[in-house]
This record gives sequence, structure tokens and C-alpha cells, in this order.
Amino acid sequence: MSLVDPASDTLEALAPPAAAPPGGTGATVPRIVPRRRTGQWAAAATVLVLLALAVVSVVRNDAFQWDVVADYFLTTAVLRGLGLTLWLTVLVMVLGFALGTLLATMRLSANPVLRGVSWGYVWLFRSMPILVQLLFWFNIGALYPTILGIRTVNLLGPVTIAIIGLTLHEAAYAAEVVRGGILSVDKGQLEAAQSLGLGAWRRLRRIVLPQAMRSIVPPAGNMLIGTLKGTSIVSVIAVQDLLYSVQLVYHRTYQVIPLLLVATFWYVVVTSVLGVGQFYVERHYARGTAGAR
Amino acid sequence: MSTQGAMVEVRSVRKSFGSLEVLKGVDLAVRTGEVAVVLGPSGSGKSTLLRTINHLEKVDSGSVSVDGALVGYKQSGNKLYELREREILKQRTEIGFVFQNFNLFPHLTVLDNITEAPVSALGRPKKGAVESARALLARVGLADKADAYPRQLSGGQQQRVAIARALALEPKLLLFDEPTSALDPELVGEVLDVIKDLAHQGTTMIVVTHEIGFAREVADTVVFMDGGRIVEQGPPGEVLDHPRHERTKSFLSKVL
Repeated sequence: MSLVDPASDTLEALAPPAAAPPGGTGATVPRIVPRRRTGQWAAAATVLVLLALAVVSVVRNDAFQWDVVADYFLTTAVLRGLGLTLWLTVLVMVLGFALGTLLATMRLSANPVLRGVSWGYVWLFRSMPILVQLLFWFNIGALYPTILGIRTVNLLGPVTIAIIGLTLHEAAYAAEVVRGGILSVDKGQLEAAQSLGLGAWRRLRRIVLPQAMRSIVPPAGNMLIGTLKGTSIVSVIAVQDLLYSVQLVYHRTYQVIPLLLVATFWYVVVTSVLGVGQFYVERHYARGTAGAR
Repeated sequence: MSTQGAMVEVRSVRKSFGSLEVLKGVDLAVRTGEVAVVLGPSGSGKSTLLRTINHLEKVDSGSVSVDGALVGYKQSGNKLYELREREILKQRTEIGFVFQNFNLFPHLTVLDNITEAPVSALGRPKKGAVESARALLARVGLADKADAYPRQLSGGQQQRVAIARALALEPKLLLFDEPTSALDPELVGEVLDVIKDLAHQGTTMIVVTHEIGFAREVADTVVFMDGGRIVEQGPPGEVLDHPRHERTKSFLSKVL
């Protein structure tokens, strides 16, 4: 559905009907002249000039050390960091949404205890900064020195802690996104599924969730990109992700800016690819809506 | 009012939403093969009554039985115990329900809409379900729309698909909740024709509607409801042409 009525933004719609003007015998139909948009031209020119100045200053400033950026862009250490960032992002997204879906169905259930617990979880984990949470898990050994007879520090390495912390954080947000999606599905859909004798799990998986996906995918895409960049926070607990890998290099070489640029480029590349992926996912879940084939 | 051969028996059903009592003790019996048409003004409780028959609404008191079995409950001594979800779903597969707003699944094709319940609720093999679905589509005149999505169809076509979807479970009883109220006037006829066909083939059905002409033509029994009660019921010739109650007379004088 278009937000703009297609008829209203064409000049034809605003022009008077192409009839002969009153009284004009054989007079030609008046031609339409669009008004001049001087302001728009001036604004465009200003922005282009500023942009050019910025580009020139970046290119001319040797302190950016573009050659160093190129040198490190594809080094093993950086690629290894990128790899960890990618699989950590995927794992946290999958686990976070699995837990989030569970929390959302609990929140929408008829059982007041399940509803309360789900609400409490979201309240707690949305309130706690992710950095605080990571540091907390990192020091959990102070509360529980051993878990099932194994020393906590041996059981929970930095990577495991990163997965747990990020997942619990992600799940709180995912729960709200999934809940919003489920609520966006018409109540009649559930009644129709019930009247056809479909079981609860089948109703959720086959009828409700696929329709909820249409409202879940855009915010989930946002969250995926947020998580990709958000994983850089695990560098504080010495997990060798993309950011921490370039930090290890510049702590040795002092080439801080060019190495941060290396990380930035990779984040931009991956984010762009994800944006393209989101387009196709959205198109998939738009099946059966007006205009889709 | 227990009757031999009763497909549906509603006994003293009461139902409230908050402080509003929408059913104030309703008794109704529909025999096997009979078509009952329920008329009445908005808010008279006719849709709620229909929804209690397949347990989409739970009754507060009274009982509903279909083909001799209580719907949603099991009687033991003087108590009615609510059935497990699985058993209620099983009962619903024997009662077809057609909604005012069709409620087709928009993300599934017409064919998948129809085969979903036979395959997943009754465990029928997919291949047989597809064949039956195509036969049903032909019966409602939509053989060429199997692969379309619901939103690509007109309202009348969607409602006919919804009827085919209900029939796919081979129900003992069909319930229609204002099946033509959401349709453009010129599409009402095609849906009513399908329902008439079913009626002539001896399907037991209860139809809530505002279509008086349809009631006159198809109904074996016309039921008039107002204020959560059945005001009068009987053959269409009596209720529609010689109503005994003032309320029925004034309603009919406005809609005829």
C-alpha cells in the first residue's frame, strides 16, 4: 500500500480538465509551468560543496594513514576477529530470539505466574546496562565459586560469558518485538484456527508466527545490526572480536586511527550486506499481501 | 425439549461478558438435516449463542450438546468437568464454523487454507487432502483459484473458500455467523447460493443472518432472538408472516 495517493502527487491531478476555456473559441489548452525551486537548488549546492571539502580534507590528511588501513584490512588477526564477531552475532540473535519468543508466549498466556515472570525478566534485563551485566557475569565466581563441582572460572570462559550476557540482554528486547508481532495478528485468525481444531503449537507456528513475522522482521533487522555492533562491547572482557583484534594491533604499533578505520570498514560492509538480506526476508513474509506475487 | 434425532441441543444457556448478560437462558433444538436461521437485532446474543455451540465462548451455566455429546464438558454425577484442550479441538473438527470476516489465512494459498486442518488436525495424507480440496473448490465454483492467495479474491470468493475450508473436515454440523454481512450487496447472492446448495443436500446448519429472504426460502425453523432470549421460533411461514410477539412484528416491519 502506498502512503501517498498516486493521483495527488502528479500535476495532472491538480490541473483543470483539458477542456476549452470558457468563452475561448478555438483557444489552445493552457500549458502548465512548474514553479521554480530556487531554494532546493541552493540547498543542494551548499551540501555538495561541504561534502567535497570533507572528502578533500580526509584524502589530504596523511594522519589517516590509508596505506596502513590497506595493509591490515585482510590480515589473519583481523579476519579472525571478524569471524568471531559474525558467529557471536548469529548465535546471540538465534538464542536471544528463541528465548524472546518463549518469553513473549509466556507474557501472552492465560497463566498469571508465567505472565508475571516474563514481565519481570524483561523489566530487569532491559534496566541493566549490558556492560554492567557482562562485568557481573565475569565476576560470578565471587558468588558461586564452584558450579556442579567445577570451578566457575574454568567453566565460564570469557566467550561463554559473552554469549550468556548478550543473549539474556537480547532476549528481553526480542520478547517485546515478538510480542508486538503476535499482537498485530488479527484475533479472528486464532479463532479460525481453533474452530478448525488446530492444536496450540500448530496455531502458533503455522498461523500466528508467519503473519507476525511481517511486523517482527523490520525491528529484528534493526536489532541484528545493533547486535553486530554491540558485540564490540565484549572487548572489555578480552574476547577477541573484531574490535579487540585491532586494539591488540594498535597497542603494539600505536597506529590507532588506521586500525579503528579497518574495524569500521568491516562493520559497514557487514551491515550493508545485512540490509540487503533484510529486503529479501521482508519480501518473503509479504506473501499474500496486496501487490505481492 | 429433548427431541429424538436432535443434532444440536442447547439447554438453559447463560453467558455474561462482565456485568452484561448476553444470553439469559436460551433453549434451542435443531434436528439432523434441519436448517435453522437465527434472526434478531444487533446485540441480541445470536452470534454469542452460535459461538457457544463450538465452544469458542464458554457458557456460564447450562449446556450445549451436538450429536448427543456435550460440547466442551464431560458430565459426571451432577457436575460438568471442562474437557482437555485436545478433546475440545477434536469436537470442533466435527463442527464447521464460517465467520463474518472469512478469517482465511492470508499467508497461505487457497489450497493450503483448505488442506491445513484435514492434514494437521485429522492426520489425513496430504495427497488425498489436496484431491478433496480441489473437489470442494469445484463445488463452490472456484476450481481455478486453488493457487491464489485470499487477498487476490473478492469477498464473495473468499467466503466461498471459507465454506470449502469448513467442509473439508466433513463436519456433522455447519455454523454460519452472518456469512454475508461483510460483503458488497452484489456478492451476497453467490455465497447464499452455495449455502442453499448445502441445505438442499441435507446438511444440518444454523445460520445467523439478516437476510430475511434467505430465511424464508431455506429455513426449516426461524428463530427470533432479542435481548439475550429466544422470543419465538417456528416454520418461516409462521414466524415471518404471522409473528405472535410484538417485538418480532416491529423487527420484521423494519427490515422487510
